[in-house]
Amino acid sequence: MLASALDDDDDVGKTLVLLRDGRKLMGTLRSFDQFANAVLEGACERVIVGEQYCDIPLGLYVIRGENVVLIGDLDTEREELPPHMIRVSETEIKRAQKVERELRGTMRKRMEFLDFD
Amino acid sequence: MLFFSYFKDLVGQEVTVELKNDLAIRGTLHSVDQYLNIKLENTRVVDQDKFPHMLSVRNCFIRGSVVRYVQLPPDGVDVDLLHDAARREARGA
Repeated sequence: MLASALDDDDDVGKTLVLLRDGRKLMGTLRSFDQFANAVLEGACERVIVGEQYCDIPLGLYVIRGENVVLIGDLDTEREELPPHMIRVSETEIKRAQKVERELRGTMRKRMEFLDFD
Repeated sequence: MLFFSYFKDLVGQEVTVELKNDLAIRGTLHSVDQYLNIKLENTRVVDQDKFPHMLSVRNCFIRGSVVRYVQLPPDGVDVDLLHDAARREARGA
């Protein structure tokens, strides 16, 4: 079923893979099977925090299918991201991720007194 | 096998697939397989602002195991036919 996706070298069309842990990997899809195991060449992780984003290079990746949510064709003729988003460095995005993680942590603590079952 | 056959009959229809991670994708059902993996064409995300990374994705493969719902047009399906098929399947099993 993904056979047409393997023909994507004509426009150097990249592929986006969404993982269950929320990570977004992008690269050239080289291989896959019926379990959605996949091989991504020249992969990078696109980290998005608010309006900021950063692409962290990863290299050659073999992804186990059970972690895969979605495999999508990135259309080369369209903008990959909304224009207002700002590209930042890896250090900067890691800092933003830390802040967001801590914020989510404190929000959860505030909600805990509500005793959701 | 029943739902596999059911989805095969729906190929070409416009559907919205809601995933377990709350992402909802609207598109044309291109194909389905025995695992109920879904391939959609001409996709657009329902809540684009929440999922900016999906902006340029037009065709995608969705792993069956991550689907929560498949929303269909109300007249897209003959419900009585489906009901009969389910009864037959239940009797057989």
